Amino acid sequence: MRFVALSNPRVILAAALLGAGAILATHFAAAQSTPPATADAQTIAAGKYLVAAGDCVACHTAPGGAPFAGGTVINTPFGKLLGPNLTPDQDTGIGGWSDDQFVQAVKYGYGHNVGHLYPGLPYIYFNKVPVADILKIRAYLNSLAPVHNQIVADQLPFPFDIRALMIGWNLLYFPDTGDYRPDPSQSAEWNRGAYLVQGLGHCAACHTPKNAFGGDKTGQEFAGYIVDGANAPALVDSTANGLGAWSVDDIATYLSTGHNRYADAGGPMASVITHSTSQLTSADDHAIATYLKSLPGNGAAPPAPVAPNDPQMIAGMHIYSDECSACHMTGGTGEPNIIPALKASPVVAATVPDTMTHVVLYGARSVGTDAAPVASAMPAFRGVLNDQQVADVLTYVRNSWGNAAPAVTPDQISAQR
Amino acid sequence: MAKGLRRRLFLVSGISVMACGAATQALALDASQWSLGWDSMPQAVQPGPWTFFTADEGAAVEALADRLIPSDDLSPGGKDVGVAVYIDRQLSGPFGRDAGLYMQPPFADGLPGQGPQSPLTPAERYRKTLSALDSFCKSAYLGKSFVDLSGDEQDKLIAQMEAGTLALQGANAKAFFQLLWQNTKEGFFADPIYGGNREMAGWKMIGFPGTHYDYSDWIDKHNQPIPLQPVGIADHPDWSQPTAQS
Amino acid sequence: MATTLPHKDVAIIGLGWTGSILAYELATAGLDVIAIERGPWRDTATDFPPTWAQDELRYGVRLDLFQRPAQSTMTLRNKISQTALPVRQFSSFLPGNGLGGAGVHWNGMNYRFLPTDYQLRTHVTQKYGAKAIPDDMTIQDFPMTYEELEPHFDRFEKLAGISGKAGNLNGQIQPGGNPFEGPRSAEYPNPPNRQPYGATLFAKAAAELGYHPFPVPSANLSQPYTNTLGVAMGQCTFCGFCERFGCGNYAKSSAQTCVMPALVRQKNFTARMNANVTKINLDSTGKKATGVTYVDDTGAEFIQPADMVAVCAFSFNSVHLLLLSGIGQPYDPVANTGQVGRNFAYQCTSSVLVQLPKDTKLNPFVAGGAVGTVIDDFNGDNFDHTGLGFIGGGVLQATSTGGRPITQISAFKDTPKWGAGWKQAMQDNYQTIYPLGTQGNVCAYRDAYLDLDPTYKDPYGSPLLRLTFDWHPNELKMSAYITEKLAGIGKAMGATRIESAPRTGPYTVVPYQTTHTTGGAITGDSPSNSVVNKYLQSWDVSNVFVFGASAFPQNSGYNPTGTVGGMTYFAIDQIKSQYLKNPGPLVPA
Repeated sequence: MRFVALSNPRVILAAALLGAGAILATHFAAAQSTPPATADAQTIAAGKYLVAAGDCVACHTAPGGAPFAGGTVINTPFGKLLGPNLTPDQDTGIGGWSDDQFVQAVKYGYGHNVGHLYPGLPYIYFNKVPVADILKIRAYLNSLAPVHNQIVADQLPFPFDIRALMIGWNLLYFPDTGDYRPDPSQSAEWNRGAYLVQGLGHCAACHTPKNAFGGDKTGQEFAGYIVDGANAPALVDSTANGLGAWSVDDIATYLSTGHNRYADAGGPMASVITHSTSQLTSADDHAIATYLKSLPGNGAAPPAPVAPNDPQMIAGMHIYSDECSACHMTGGTGEPNIIPALKASPVVAATVPDTMTHVVLYGARSVGTDAAPVASAMPAFRGVLNDQQVADVLTYVRNSWGNAAPAVTPDQISAQR
Repeated sequence: MAKGLRRRLFLVSGISVMACGAATQALALDASQWSLGWDSMPQAVQPGPWTFFTADEGAAVEALADRLIPSDDLSPGGKDVGVAVYIDRQLSGPFGRDAGLYMQPPFADGLPGQGPQSPLTPAERYRKTLSALDSFCKSAYLGKSFVDLSGDEQDKLIAQMEAGTLALQGANAKAFFQLLWQNTKEGFFADPIYGGNREMAGWKMIGFPGTHYDYSDWIDKHNQPIPLQPVGIADHPDWSQPTAQS
Repeated sequence: MATTLPHKDVAIIGLGWTGSILAYELATAGLDVIAIERGPWRDTATDFPPTWAQDELRYGVRLDLFQRPAQSTMTLRNKISQTALPVRQFSSFLPGNGLGGAGVHWNGMNYRFLPTDYQLRTHVTQKYGAKAIPDDMTIQDFPMTYEELEPHFDRFEKLAGISGKAGNLNGQIQPGGNPFEGPRSAEYPNPPNRQPYGATLFAKAAAELGYHPFPVPSANLSQPYTNTLGVAMGQCTFCGFCERFGCGNYAKSSAQTCVMPALVRQKNFTARMNANVTKINLDSTGKKATGVTYVDDTGAEFIQPADMVAVCAFSFNSVHLLLLSGIGQPYDPVANTGQVGRNFAYQCTSSVLVQLPKDTKLNPFVAGGAVGTVIDDFNGDNFDHTGLGFIGGGVLQATSTGGRPITQISAFKDTPKWGAGWKQAMQDNYQTIYPLGTQGNVCAYRDAYLDLDPTYKDPYGSPLLRLTFDWHPNELKMSAYITEKLAGIGKAMGATRIESAPRTGPYTVVPYQTTHTTGGAITGDSPSNSVVNKYLQSWDVSNVFVFGASAFPQNSGYNPTGTVGGMTYFAIDQIKSQYLKNPGPLVPA
């Protein structure tokens, strides 16, 4: 078992939460243990659709593994979790769970067999999903082939492996406001989009910044975050960092196909496109887009751009002209549905340049979907550019064509090699 | 506890098509048949001792290259641009041993239109002919090697090799000349990573901008000079910051 | 001992243009498809990224993307009386290898033949009389017409995103296009490319002489494009590293760029790379294929059973496989029996060097493989051949494809071959000599054919293919004639000096000419005059289909790919609508 230093601030909080939680009541009543009845085909199909909306595959189907048999590694700043087995296997899956127990897990973060669940399962968002929909998901999962696959989900080091810590954490970071409540001043489409985004889509899990203890930073919904080195851009109305440059149709097309005029999904979002949003109806993708486009900007002013005569900019311009413009074009416009635009790209202008650094050094591949099959790829440049040169070209790209972002230093590059 | 989910760049099917000899079953393909960061970028030739030539052979090839491409106002000569280094590295590699060519017997002299039929690899031909040339020079020029001859004498011998009128013991001078000239041109004009065309001297002589890939802004500029500095696969003088050391 | 694999509905030999199109069409029709490709997988970002794809030595000279003669080659002789010797090093033609085949590194010129080309014997006989066709000239009509192929040309062009200007839209002649072309039902899917300087001089001169210049129909895309399979493609940036090179920015039509992204998403498609098919296996009747045998790169042998076998291996390799597998009767030129191997043809090229004024800036490195201007006035039967003593013709082209220094600097014959004078010439010529070219037709002849060599073997112990081929008077006269016309245009471009190099005999496998090798498994209306029917189905073994230019009865004065694409879709249409429902001969013998 791995240990973490007692002086680690997370450990101190954990100790506090443990103490606090021990004297608080929980509203998780002991659940029934009767297994569910087999559902009809329509319910199962509806459940399958909702599973796509929730992107359950991402954590519960291991690469090359049987569907929903678990085993996917989920890296957290606190350590490792494994996605559990959701097949109806009696011993190692959830075949023996009742519907109530399933709902308790998904909606409230409580697993009757283990205790409090870690928010690796995004129950703080699934909390908004009505029980009826959760039961459809249950029906679908129940229709799968049972797979015997014993998963010990909790791989966290001491003291984070103490589940009771979650009681206190939930007090702070789990609002538990229940089902999504439609906003009567908005359209049905907007509400559908909000329901999907805030609930099953759990977009905030990556796109809302987290505090040191892994809870959502209040007042910064969808303001962007860095997830394991990958930039999850803000989804608010900002051109510099957000969806400001995209229309509703652009967003919807991106979700449906993985590509649009400006961007080609890669990295972790590629998986979301493949398993989730490209499997939704175009109406639902449009609803999500409608909702996201309505999120107001945070009013943050972009920084002043690095001056064009800065030595990094001059060198970067030459590098760009020699190595990049053949695909990304002289004006940074890219090519629709195949080469991302660098101009007005939140990923490019992210304050922390880690994603761009990784892409330049190691290459990247965008997602292929049935609607937009070409999984265009960027070559790796780590053998062509040294640290200074990568820093220069990134600085240039981040401060050209209306972009503005902090300059990049060679140290930031060498840290990623 | 954290919400830091890591969505991974995993391969959906996870079977690499790249591995030679590994594919003993049919592959179900999807878009992820690509390994992150894999590439087969050519390795730049490093300066250093000859990898194929002996010291004498190297000197002879340098001298030959310097006559075939003499130094003048237009460019440095064949020796200084690294032609012999280029040829040396090529001969110790796959080119030198005719890798990939059909080298099955029987070998027969064919019609010119049937293409090269010799079993001699380039490496063998260089070795053999340079030795024969050396013997010839020592005999015809009172003990001097090719490198010791005057420029005019060297030119004369090269012209005879080219014309097929130089009889070398056990070697086909004309075939050697054709190979040598082809390799010399390559050594003058190939990307500098291969050891020749030092500092893109060959490209600068003719005004070839090298490995620029994007001329979209230039195709409509008819009959106008294009003031692009040449660049190579690993040669980008402008990539260093103006005030920084390169 | 060979391992027998699980059964597949279709085994496709070769994963180039035709193999990938067929695989996509059959996989989306619900069939279990396996494609077996001799070479490696190729992907743009890993195999030809614009970081180091522009390497003339590696790709242009050492031919890194091409088939290696050590893998497979052929022997060559001009005349039946001679002994064929191996083509130990490819030069005249450069067969492709790997995913995408030669489509990865072609230039991208995409034409349809003329309507009269598809009915060549009938047309020539009607117009010029039977005596215009020498006895040993074995040209024949395609068994389908231009009109039947038209929708399929269109389909291929839309798949590939061909950039061009129509000259004949549904019978209406359009300005800026080729007025001689067969009627098109639609414009090209993309507008024509912008023109470099040299091509504009050619266009002006040609127009002044009364000819009809038009932009070469191009698979170097003029703008970003999403094709009929939903695959997005990029736009050409005129890098000048086109033929022999893979395209680094998704701008050149190829199996990779156009088909593979959609094909790899089909769950019932599998590909086997680095695996060489050595034989198409037949049952005891010899009339039905049971599958193929292949050898992987460890030397292990496998049997892939399949209900249908498609040979998409490039013309040479396809004919070779038919001969090795005993499908159809091999052609004997002396006895004039058998069909397999008959009617090999090629492309008869020539060039004219045009010296322009000293301070000209051609900027030859700003180029694409199919970026320039051509005229069709001297192609096919677009001009009166009365009294000329030959049939056919070719495209005349100003399509300089790059300024790559090792291989593409023009020089007159009297230029010093080395030394200071050579250097000066290289510097002088680079920006001022423009190379014009022709691509002329090659008719079919009794003594131009493919068979198996008696002496030389491939790595699997099978006899090599043997090519017997030489130029005939028709082609040489044709070349002399159209090259002279080309020289006329060169003069009108303001040349201070011209040097013409029409084709002369004998055929030599050195230097490079084109890779437009055709015939050997030709299409026709009867087993007595062809190897495959109009749907590319073998007359002898009805579950074997042979795609590609091996089906051409003779070659016309154009690059072959457009016709190959059209014939492929034409055959696939029939396979899907008729053959799959009712396997068996599609055309009565």
